[in-house]
Amino acid sequence: MVNLIWAIMALIGICFAMFNGTMNEVNEAVFKGAKEAVTISIGMISILVFWLGLTKIAEDAGLLAKLSHLCKPLVRRLFPEVPPNHPAMGYIVSNMIANMFGLGNAATPMGIKAMEELKKLNGYRDTASRSMVTFLAMNTSGITLIPATVISIRMTYHSASPGEIIGTTLVASTISTIGAILIDRYYYWKRARGGKR
Amino acid sequence: MMGIVQLISLWLIPATIAFILLYGTWKKVPTYESFVEGGKEGIQIAFSLIPYLVGMLVSISIFRASGALDYMMRFIKPLAEAIGLPAEVVPLAMIRTISGTAALGMTTDLIATYGPDSFIGRLASTIQGSTETTLYVLTVYFGAVGVKKMGDALKVGILADILSFIVSFFIVLFVFGR
Repeated sequence: MVNLIWAIMALIGICFAMFNGTMNEVNEAVFKGAKEAVTISIGMISILVFWLGLTKIAEDAGLLAKLSHLCKPLVRRLFPEVPPNHPAMGYIVSNMIANMFGLGNAATPMGIKAMEELKKLNGYRDTASRSMVTFLAMNTSGITLIPATVISIRMTYHSASPGEIIGTTLVASTISTIGAILIDRYYYWKRARGGKR
Repeated sequence: MMGIVQLISLWLIPATIAFILLYGTWKKVPTYESFVEGGKEGIQIAFSLIPYLVGMLVSISIFRASGALDYMMRFIKPLAEAIGLPAEVVPLAMIRTISGTAALGMTTDLIATYGPDSFIGRLASTIQGSTETTLYVLTVYFGAVGVKKMGDALKVGILADILSFIVSFFIVLFVFGR
């Protein structure tokens, strides 16, 4: 499905440009897009190095294990295929906590570590495992406590109450996260049923 | 209220750093050595991410720059209006899944045009804050560990985004009214 979406976006764009007379813009976009991607990746080095370094301290101190132990009842149900004391659990929990507090910076490195551990559990295959899909479903919907960027935009435009959307955002993101987990379960159930046939 | 929120966001990162360092030192972890060891991995991860991101962003840029995205939006607007959704916000909801920077630009634009305390301003704020850029998240996470077959992840992510938009609409309608 990714292959299809990926190719279709580019193909539609190029075909559309033929009729729309925007081939110039498309030419520019190819190299701007590529450059932006490299800039983002390189820019991520500082964040990745810093937070992975800090996470390593937390891990060596036993903080991650403690954290995952604390959230065990919840996380175990969400990820039944991950052994409860597996290091993946610690990373998953810290990723969720960082996401909740709007620390996207810290959440990404921990999430990547979690994915690494999940890949190990999956025998280093290049196919997504059930746990990976669940983990990413939760990450793409993500419960947000404080949407800092949006609040600052609202402040810029002189909102009478910039923070008034904290409540609606929290409710919306919580419901959509629960929804994402249910949708994920549904597809798992479908896969499992199809596999048996 | 805003004072507390700002205070929390100001203190969150320094407090986290201080806590981990204190706890590590207390548990006799060689903090600096552990930090360096853990950090090394970050470089590798960032580099392995490059091809995935280049591929994805080029495709998205072509789609956007050609004008195809705008055209699609114009097509969808009347459809959205027909079922009672605010047509101004539908493009934002759609683009939120594909491109984070474009969505942020659109949110800023909607807030500037309609005012932050209007129905559209509040709805745009809620949509922007309550979901992540699904395509980007999937590209980064799967790319960093070299998983090429995403399975159902994309489908689940997109459906969750649609749900999130609908929920945002009703919550904002319910809490603030039109």
